Parts: sequence; C-alpha cells; structure tokens
Amino acid sequence: MSYIGKSVKRVEDKRFITGKGNYTDDIKLPNMTAGIFVRSPYAHAKIKSVDISAAESSPGVVKVFTGEDIAASGINGVPCGWQVNFKNGDTMKEPPHPLLVKDKVLHMGDAVAFIIAENYAQAKDAVEKVVVDYENLDAVTDPEEAAKGGAPLVHDDAPGNVCFDWELGDPKDEVAAALANSHHVTTLDLTNQRVVPNAIEPRSAIGHYEDAGDKFTLYTTSQNPHLTRLLLCAFVLGIPEHKVRVVAPDVGGGFGSKIFHYTEEAMVIWASREINRPIKWTAERSESFLTDAHGRDHKTHVQMGFDKDGKITALQSTTFANLGAYLSTFAPAVPTYLHGTLMQGLYTSPKINVDVTGVFTHTNAVDAYRGAGRPEATYQLERLMDLAALEMGMDPIELRKINFIPKFDGVNEPGYATRVALQYDSGDYHGVVDKALEMVGYEAFRKEQASLDNGKLLGIGFSTYIEACGIAPSAVVGALGARAGLFESAQVRVQPTGKVSVYSGSHSHGQGHETTFAQVVADRLGIPLEDVEIVHGDSEAVAFGMGTYGSRSLAVGGSAIVKSIDKVIEKGAKIAAHKLESRVEDLEYAEGKWTVKGTDKSISFGDVSLTAYVPHDYPADLEPGLDFSSFYDPANFTYPFGCHVAIVEVDKETGQVKLKRFIAVDDVGNIINPMIVEGQIHGGLAQGIGQALFEGTVYSDSGTLMNASFMDYSMPRADDLPNFEVDRTVTPCPHNPLGVKGAGEAGCIGSTPAVVNAVIDALWKGGHEVKDIQMPLISERVWNAMQNGSSN
Amino acid sequence: MIPSSFTYKKASSVSDALAMLKEHGDEATLLAGGHSLIPALKLRLNDYGYLIDISKISELKSIDDKGDHIEIGAGVTHGEIVDSALLQSKVPFFSEAADLIGDVQVRNMGTIGGSIAHADPAADWPALLLAADATINIHNGSSSRSVAAADFFQGLFHTAVEEGEMITSISVPVSANAKTKYIKFMQPASRFAIVGCAVNLEMSGGTISSAKVAYAGVSATPFRDSAVEATLAGKSLDDATIEAAGNAAADSASIMSDHFASESYRKQMAKVYTKRALKALA
Repeated sequence: MSYIGKSVKRVEDKRFITGKGNYTDDIKLPNMTAGIFVRSPYAHAKIKSVDISAAESSPGVVKVFTGEDIAASGINGVPCGWQVNFKNGDTMKEPPHPLLVKDKVLHMGDAVAFIIAENYAQAKDAVEKVVVDYENLDAVTDPEEAAKGGAPLVHDDAPGNVCFDWELGDPKDEVAAALANSHHVTTLDLTNQRVVPNAIEPRSAIGHYEDAGDKFTLYTTSQNPHLTRLLLCAFVLGIPEHKVRVVAPDVGGGFGSKIFHYTEEAMVIWASREINRPIKWTAERSESFLTDAHGRDHKTHVQMGFDKDGKITALQSTTFANLGAYLSTFAPAVPTYLHGTLMQGLYTSPKINVDVTGVFTHTNAVDAYRGAGRPEATYQLERLMDLAALEMGMDPIELRKINFIPKFDGVNEPGYATRVALQYDSGDYHGVVDKALEMVGYEAFRKEQASLDNGKLLGIGFSTYIEACGIAPSAVVGALGARAGLFESAQVRVQPTGKVSVYSGSHSHGQGHETTFAQVVADRLGIPLEDVEIVHGDSEAVAFGMGTYGSRSLAVGGSAIVKSIDKVIEKGAKIAAHKLESRVEDLEYAEGKWTVKGTDKSISFGDVSLTAYVPHDYPADLEPGLDFSSFYDPANFTYPFGCHVAIVEVDKETGQVKLKRFIAVDDVGNIINPMIVEGQIHGGLAQGIGQALFEGTVYSDSGTLMNASFMDYSMPRADDLPNFEVDRTVTPCPHNPLGVKGAGEAGCIGSTPAVVNAVIDALWKGGHEVKDIQMPLISERVWNAMQNGSSN
Repeated sequence: MIPSSFTYKKASSVSDALAMLKEHGDEATLLAGGHSLIPALKLRLNDYGYLIDISKISELKSIDDKGDHIEIGAGVTHGEIVDSALLQSKVPFFSEAADLIGDVQVRNMGTIGGSIAHADPAADWPALLLAADATINIHNGSSSRSVAAADFFQGLFHTAVEEGEMITSISVPVSANAKTKYIKFMQPASRFAIVGCAVNLEMSGGTISSAKVAYAGVSATPFRDSAVEATLAGKSLDDATIEAAGNAAADSASIMSDHFASESYRKQMAKVYTKRALKALA
C-alpha cells in the first residue's frame, strides 16, 4: 500500500470540523483564575502613577500586579533569539522587554498591570477601575522617519532608534559603478506595509504551578513549545527546565505570530506561583490586533540596472525595517538573513548590495509572518522586473527568461551559489513559467487586453519567485546569529502489536501533520495509515522540538521521522533474520514484511514488533524493544520556486480592482499529499493577495493603531477571490531523504507582486505610466494614480 | 469581550416594552437584532443596567399593504425585507438595499427599526427612508407620533426619538409610476457604505416629474441632495441628464473622510454612483 502522493483526507479534520478540537482556551483546570492585562491606550507615554486600589477591592479580584511588582521581583524581560551585529561589529541594541512596564509605555497595547480574578467578567470589571496617569509623549511609527535625526527616541540607549545596520553582497561602490554604466536603470521606492497576522484563534496561555512537586505547566498557543520552554526557563524566570512542561494543544493558525515567546506566557507562569493557583489569559480580538507580532513593515529604495539586451547588471537595495518597540524572538533575522539573502531571486545578477537598517518605533513588535523576509525580497525583485519591462518596452516574461539561472538538479549539476550567501539546491525556472503561460493563454490574453472596451482596464502581472525553507544547518545559522539550533527531532515508537506512535518536534497548527507525517510513516513501513499516530506539541511527550515555521516541518521534521524509521527497519531486520534463520543481507523489506530474497519465507512487521517486546526467541546480542529517536540537522535550506500570474480589471471611474484570475505554478519538490499542498498554496495566495489589495495597518500621528478591528482592517474574503488555477512542477530537493522542499509560505511569497504588477500593467495600458501604487491597493489610491499619473 | 452586567427583560408587547422603558429611564435600552448594540456593550463603549428585548414582539414584525403606503414593522429583519414579495414589487429598492446589508447572519437578525434608531451614518436605511419620503411612527406608551424621515435623522447616531419612546413602524409611500434604485460602494472591511445612493424617480410618461435622491455614508447625517433632484426634475432620463445630475451630486454636502476614502474621493464617488444608479433606471 502506497500513501505518498495520494490526497488522503486529513485525519485531524473530524475533530476540527465537529467542534471537538482541544484548544488552549478550552482547557479548564480546577481552581483556575482568569487574568487580564491593563494595556496602554497611548503609543508613547510616561507612567506618572498607577492606582490599583479600587481594582484590588473589586468583587472577585484575587491579585493585581503592576510594573513595580515585576521590577521588584528581578524577572528579566523576554529575550531575543537572534543576534545581528552592526556593520562595525558592535552587538545590536537589545533593550529589555519587561512583562509589565513600570515607567514608560512604548506602544499602544503595552502592558502596565495584570489583574487576576475568579472569573473573566470580574477581571474585566476590575480593569476599568485601574487608574493610570499617563503623560503623553510624541511618537514615531514609520521606520524611515524614526531613523532620521530628531525623531522621538524609543529607547534612550539606541541613538537614532537604530537597532543595527547590516549589509550583504558586493561593495556598494562597485554596485553604484555598475548601475552608472547600465543601459537602463529601474528605480522604485517601496513600502511593504505592516500587516496583522489574524490567526482565527486568538493567543491564549494558562500558567499552572503545583507547589507539591514545585512543577509548572504552561498551556499555550504556540508553534514552538520547546523553544518557548527553553527561553522561559533559561532567560526569563530562571526556573529549572525539567520542572516545566509546555503544552501547545490544538492551535488555530499562527502564520508566524505564534512562533515567539511572549511576555504573557511568562506572566501567567510567574503569577501562578505567586498566587498558587492556575491562571488563564485569552486575548480578545482587539488585543490580538495590538499585541500579536505584526509582519513586514519595510521602507525600501531599490535600483536595478540592465544592459541593452535586458541582462541585469546590478542591484542596490536599501531598507529601513520596522522592528517595533521591543525585539520579538526572531525579529532581527527577518529583514536580514531571511530577506537580504533572497535578493538575487532567480536571476544571474553580476553585482548586488543589500543594506538594511533595523529601526525601533513606537509600535507593536514586528517579526516573522508567513514568508518572513522572502516576500519583502520577492516584492522588490518582481516589481522591478515587470516595471523594467514596461519601461524598456520588453515582454516581462522575455526579460525574466534572459536573466534566469539555467536548470540544475543539484545532483548531476551542482547547486547554484548566489552572490548573497546562498547555495540553491535545485531548480528549473523556465519550467514553471512555460506551464503558467500555457494555463493563462498568454497570447490570447494580450489580444483581449488590447481590444477591451467596457470602461475597465485589463492588466496582467507576473511574479517568478524563489524562497528558502527549512532554515539550516545549525552551525551555519549559529554563525549568522541564531541563539538556537535549527534541527528537528522525531521518535518512532513501535508498540508490541506493530502499531506506531510518532513523537514529532514539529507542531501542526493547521498544516495537517497528523496526516502527512502518517502517510510517510505508513508508506515507509508498509503498514496501514490507521496504524500510525502522530503526537506533537507536548514537551513531556516529545523529546525536543524546534517547532513549525519557515515551511520546515516536512523537510526537517519529516526527515527526522525517516531517520528513525530507517533505524526501526535496520533493527527489525536483525530480529527478522534471527526468526527466519537467515542473514540480514539476504532479507528485503517491502509491504510490511521481511522476506528472504528469492524465497517465500517471510515475517511480518507485526510479528517482529511483538518479538522485540517478547524477546523469548531473540538475537543474543540485541536489546529488546523497537523505539528510536533521531535528530536531523539538514545540510542546507530547500528552495521552492514558482510562477504566479494575476489578471485584474480596474474600474476607470472608481479605481476599484477586481482580481479576475490567479494562476500559480509552484515547485515545492516532491509531494506527499497533493490536497494538503494545494490547500497550503490556496491559503498562502489568499494572504499574499490580501496584502496586495486589502490589508495594512493605519497609524495616527500620535501612534494610535486606527484599524484594530475587522470593521476597519480589511481581510480578503472568499467573494474577493477568483477560483485559483493551481498546478505544479516537481524538482526534488537533492539533500533530504523525501526530496521535499516546503509549501507553507510559497503562495504568500509569490502572489503579492503579481497582483500589484497586474494593476500597474492595466494602468499603463490606459495611458497612465505610473511606477508604483502603495499597498494595499484600495480604490482611492488606484483612482488617484489614474488622475495624477502617480500614486501620490 | 464581556459586557458589564445588565438585567435582561423580555417584552411581550409594545406597551409592555414602553412600560419597562418608563420604569428604568435612561438605565435601559431596547434590544432588537443586537448587531450594533451587543458589540458596543462587549467593547464597553456602552453600558446599560437593563436590556429590554423587543425582538419577539409580533406586532412589530409585519409588512402590511395599506394601499397608498406599505407599513413595515420596526422589528422586521433585513432578510424579511429581501424576501418580501410586496416590497420587491412595490418598493424594489428596499429589497435591493436589504440584500446589500452585512451577511446572511446579520440580515437574519438585524432589524430596520434597530438600524434607523442607531443612525450609523454609513448604514443604508436612512438613505432609503429619505429617498422614499417615508414616515417613522413612534410611540411613548400613551400616544404616538409620526416623523418624516427628513426630520428624523438629526446627526451622527442622533435621531428624533426621545427618552421613553420607541419606533413601532415605518410607512413607505407607494407609487405606480416610481422607478427606484439603490447601489452602494462598500467599505471593504465592514461593508458599510462609503457611498450609498438611493434614487426614487416619479415618472410621467418619459419625463421625470419629481426626483428624490439620498445618500448614505457620505455625510455624518444622511441627506437628500436638492441640486441633483432639481437637475432631474422635468427631464427625460437621457445621458445628458444623467451626466448633469451626477456632476451635481454632493457638492454642498459636508463630507466624511477615513482611511478608505478621503473627502474629495468620496465626493467623486457620490457623483459616479449617482450616474450609475440613474443609468440602471434609464
């Protein structure tokens, strides 16, 4: 029975769609209390006083903590997990991020007090009785403005609000010289706007201290429970790791925002010990808008040079990356190692320089959000390519093909070394483009576009992206500043009856690991899918884990599972050889049994499993049991790629954009479950298109987040989107045992520039030669661009 | 998202509800579909000691043909207006507009009376009631009064309803010679109106004998645009008339602005949507 490559229905869906999931907020512990944070309505203000007396005497209130209590306890703030150094070698500025603020709030939503009551309603009533006297101060929310002299300072010890400056690639003067000598230079000033992740399940955390055993349990909405435990124990609270269990049960989406260790997790654990009762905190939606780590927020100036044939000569990219007021767990890595390293794209650029300044502002933290750095890189490159084609009067596809890195499989041909530090594993970039053009009906479309006359403008936009998944190996990421390894662990425990429990350090929060991983295991062992159970998300069940993000689970976590299965089969063969009175070399394993080659003598997986646990007739030199753990540290990243095409209609009178078609051809390597991959691509496309057309934060001059609700923050909805036309090519990853690359983020990385390019193309066809319209492409911006010839 | 504590009271009739309102004064408010009130309570923007549930009062729930007008009970839901064969045939822009409100769940719970009592400047009904020249019937427990739509909407979330009163029904005049249309430029997140344009043309043969054109979402108070109406009156609905009428739209209005639509863009869209509504009737 083969499972790999089949669209097996997701085994987890029964509990999700029948309301039987077990999410953090579903958990009820005896004697549990409810916690609510008192949060700042101001972006930047001195706290002159906090009066909690009325709240403390409010009905049901158990305890109120303030920033004074946290400062007095000596607890550290939550740490940053990635260090980026200044160009001169100095360590980045790393200001503390306290669990509750004592003196000064630095963004709207900053926590100043924590109220614990017998129930939520009582805690909620008490919040209104806390009186905080603020002295409001000037705030800055834009990263480029913040880095200018004279901007309000976020941290006194970070002059100019600069956390770090960083560059990668060729020397700037060489790039400048190459640009100066170019036949044509395309220039763009881009804003990759800040977006809110908006997972359907708000963040939630339960702290449960048990004094009898001096043990802690943290239930939390995490993509990354083991790393949360490590950071919580070793860096924040200084409590012993073996006394702390972290459980991330069912988690309702993350998109990156649940990777990080948040202050609220440390707060419920610390406070639970203080009051010796469990405490549950669950974010309200408006709290999620204010405090879930946001995504993107880059201001970028980019120039690409071309020779007279359209060959790229040079690229200079300069970015101000907004990090927010505090450094979230992986914040410094996103605009640097996950963005700068992708700035070559699919192209053979001779000279590249990427310059990034990480900037503090009076805003919520920014960190990895679906794609994390790669969408920001792809947005620049792919906007440049379509605009350069318009400016030079070339076909955007021809321009790309002239510049594509030739096909290489990473086995017979070597990987491709870029000028910005990466070694691409394998790729066939012409393949995805040709397939996509065929699906579009490109020639017919161009004819239709030229002849359209219905008050609308028709446009087509392309994006040919590459991304990097499964960030690795640990030694390399360590050298780049990661304060963690990026391996994965997996334990395959064969039960005496031949049923298999797999303990994975990856964490599914919507990806369908319980199905995909089980397909891999069942396929490799030749046993029924129902005989495999995937366990994840509990630090007491799973040895260790680095969690799920960066489209790494199958490439890294799946490979760890394969390593353990290989060990099971290897040991099983010794048991089988003993039972069959054969030699190991004479056995072959297929369809769930070991067979002596050339004979009909065989023994099943189940019989071998039972023998391993009932070792009466057993090899003398072999331990009983059939249970193996593995840690897999990949040799390299994996590099999915693809071609996305958007076709839009723009209303000339209103500027309204209608996405008519979206074609995506992605190459994510080998595929285990096509349905799940397609689902991941669809979701990614919706989010990427959402950024292009709908989503984006709006801040007032004083730093208030103006659209912190679904009434004002526009999410993509089903009726905004066409039926996606999705297909794929398959270029296996050469360096992991499954040949898989990763599919979680590809849709979100490729789609955004395709949509914006399509609108720009439509406007050029209408005679409006605009270079850029700032995302999201709300109607007024598009309309303005048609009136003025520019977006401003 | 937990409101302050309140006492829930269910009213069985209009007089029952008004007696409860009288008893509790400004500590009480009426709960119909709850689609504006409940979120405001949960966000603690509002706080009432008593909620008087009027959603099950049968006398508020009918749509009646009264010959020269149709009487719509205040408790009629948007969904019931979508589905009403009477309104579809006699006042079609009411059914069109109702179908553009929120989503199915909102339409099945939210009521026309609740919406106009709330008087959100971006809600659709105020523009419809103005363009239809409707009358709002109000009761205070001892007497009733009727207020023309033009006098009812007095500002942002502000109406002619006084303390101790409730809206019981809306009277919508019917004309066999009317042509009506409602179209809406939706705010993409909330799907409330950035521009809602309600047009009601009284035709005499091929000539517009009188026009009523009203807007939602454009101003803090919904309004009829007399300049547009004057441009249309006495004309036939041809391209030149439509162009002139559209160009006149919203010129004298005080126009709202937000991050989806500035003042100047909103004004321009009022013109575009006026033309589109008229074109649909031509």
